Amino acid sequence: MARHTLSVLVEDVPGVLTRVASLFARRAFNINSLAVGPTEVAGMSRITVVVEAEGDLLEQVTKQLNKLINVIKIVELTTELSVQRDHILIKVRADAATRLQVTQAADLFRASVVDVATDSLIIEATGTPEKLSALLSVLEPFGIREIVQSGTLAIGRGAKSMSDRALRSA
Amino acid sequence: MSKGSPISPALLAARPAPPAAPARETVPVVQASAVRGPNAVVAPTRMLGSAAIVRSLEELGVDDVFGLPGGAILPTYDPLMASTKLRHVLVRHEQGAGHAAQGYAMVTGRPGVCIVTSGPGATNLVTAIADAHMDSVPMVAITGQVSSAFIGSDAFQEADIVGITMPITKHSYLVTDAQDIPRVLAEAFHIATTGRPGPVLVDIAKDAQQASMTFSWPPRVDIPGYRPVLRGHAKQVREAARLISGSQRPVFYVGGGVVKGHASVELKELAELVGAPVVTTLMARGVFPDSHEQHVGMPGMHGSVSAVTALQQADLLITLGARFDDRVTGVLSSFAPNARVIHADIDPAEISKNRAADVPIVGSVKEIIPELTAAVRESFATQERPDISAWWKTINHLRDTYPVGFSQPEDGLSAPQQVIKRIGELTGPEGVFVSGVGQHQMWAAQFIQYERPHAWLNSGGLGTMGYSVPAAMGAKVGNPDRVVWAIDGDGCFQMTNQELATCVINNIPIKVAVINNSSLGMVRQWQTLFYEGRYSNTDLNTGHDTVRVPDFVKLADAYGCVGLRCERDEDIDATIEQALAINDRPVVIDFVVSRDSMVWPMVPSGVSNDLIQIARNMTPTWEQED
Repeated sequence: MARHTLSVLVEDVPGVLTRVASLFARRAFNINSLAVGPTEVAGMSRITVVVEAEGDLLEQVTKQLNKLINVIKIVELTTELSVQRDHILIKVRADAATRLQVTQAADLFRASVVDVATDSLIIEATGTPEKLSALLSVLEPFGIREIVQSGTLAIGRGAKSMSDRALRSA
Repeated sequence: MSKGSPISPALLAARPAPPAAPARETVPVVQASAVRGPNAVVAPTRMLGSAAIVRSLEELGVDDVFGLPGGAILPTYDPLMASTKLRHVLVRHEQGAGHAAQGYAMVTGRPGVCIVTSGPGATNLVTAIADAHMDSVPMVAITGQVSSAFIGSDAFQEADIVGITMPITKHSYLVTDAQDIPRVLAEAFHIATTGRPGPVLVDIAKDAQQASMTFSWPPRVDIPGYRPVLRGHAKQVREAARLISGSQRPVFYVGGGVVKGHASVELKELAELVGAPVVTTLMARGVFPDSHEQHVGMPGMHGSVSAVTALQQADLLITLGARFDDRVTGVLSSFAPNARVIHADIDPAEISKNRAADVPIVGSVKEIIPELTAAVRESFATQERPDISAWWKTINHLRDTYPVGFSQPEDGLSAPQQVIKRIGELTGPEGVFVSGVGQHQMWAAQFIQYERPHAWLNSGGLGTMGYSVPAAMGAKVGNPDRVVWAIDGDGCFQMTNQELATCVINNIPIKVAVINNSSLGMVRQWQTLFYEGRYSNTDLNTGHDTVRVPDFVKLADAYGCVGLRCERDEDIDATIEQALAINDRPVVIDFVVSRDSMVWPMVPSGVSNDLIQIARNMTPTWEQED
């Protein structure tokens, strides 16, 4: 099923994330990833949610989200007209013998080493899901101990701001 | 007189015409004030949060509330006692408060209000909230919550009621700061009553009730994420008019949204202009008069052959405030296969949710229908419309050949349908009829003639057994001068009859007809039809030739109601007349009826509506289409 990235502008009130997440669960919509944080406007948060849905189902997702009182605005961000990034932290085995190889691999992906121990490294990388998955497959042979990943963050290209119109109509 | 604004079509028709509609706007219509009620101005006054709750309700124009106190809401019950504007009806179970608020809202068009305590008080309300959510009933539920310092500590009578009800409310609030009380209540009432109505829960921590705050009115209400669209898109309205003008087999598929939108007068004008058959769903019974020649019945699983077939064979569905529920459509893929669909609804999410709409119109039917009428009138004037007389011939043939009827049971007991039919006939269309859920519900929908909206109340979406008695109680509080019948089953009645005490003590003289077939009748019907008559756990032992536990007449007597029993056909009329003559206390009639009567017609579950049966294994004879 096709993936779609929705940016959901919400009021920053207690329970808003639960409302959004539980809506997906009870309507049997699939969430691929979800990321939430404050915005440039006080009192507003932005949830970036990647859903697996197409056509009518995507329309239903959007309409049902819009019914939530705390949801102010929803836009779909296409890969062409937006910048979309995931963020990952990877703990990988690396002793004196392999450390150089691992850091070189990280360099190739413009990833940075943020922690060094005698037998492991933590690598931080940002990119599209495809890039991160390529990085992971390169690091795989060294032995991945642990990964932690953010949901996709997405922002529309150009000068326009998502909160502009939402604020004006408010 | 009834409370609330008058909503019978006769009264609406007598009103002066509203001013001409202003020029079309594309922006959503925003009300002048989002705060309900008389909008009195109250200068800042110090008071406790509990007093602010009571005062806010007063300022919002609330007259009646249903509830039951407990620890976490105790502070609020103190100023409530002193209020001269609020009448509090003390129920015997919180579910009763919820359904009473629903019944009140359904007959008055105003939000129903219930107040209960935290924990079990709040969870007892859950069924009623879910019911109101499914049937779009405007309701505000106020629940006490443990003090904010204790929230999350598994304190005594703590339940996360906001979390529990999140999927079944239109919106919910947790209030921990007394200063927020007026604004939150004003928002709750605004959200509950506008757009697609629904239940809003306001959970108020005990310390917020006990804290001091500064009350002023009206509060500033701004809900940036809530802007219901009321006016239909002009282009879509014109497109709908174009389809109507070209249709050979149009049908009005009218749902409960037209009742909620108070648009029955507007509907009649449009329907008569178009001249097409009208079907009214279970939630819409009465919004178009049953006696009108264009009314062809109720559609759905237990709908009339004419209504079900009208939808199946239509080339155009003019869908107004309906949601293509599975009980109406049967197997969706075979529903109205040749029809194009105009779908007008205030909730954009209903449009194309189940059935794709060819012409979607988002907005209030109250606004859309007159616009559509004007557009159709214009369209009829400029283009020749197809002759729909052949369509009417087909429908009329079905209506005449397969009227909804019933046969006399073979066990010599009364036919439940006959009892219900006579209740409707002897009471007349000005009465209010509130059913439970099951066979008696379907019979009450089929055999009572409804001539006005807000006369028929039932639990359509959730199918809540036990809805009837408390909802009838709420309806009677809202419409004290109307005869209010609870048409209940022996199973349903046993779920919520404790509210008879509330009715007696508070002088709410409802009439309860227990259609006593001594069983969970609808389940039993399915066991008869689909489980080879293996009656697993459907016998209730309340009826003829049983131990009669409980004896409903004695039960009525114990509650201080008048208890009557009717076991023979020849006593039906006299018993109903006797009940109609008693207005100083509730009446409970134990109508002992046959358990073998079944609800027909029926579209068996999981098949196309084309396979409607008029009796067991009997399908209508279809004429060859020309």
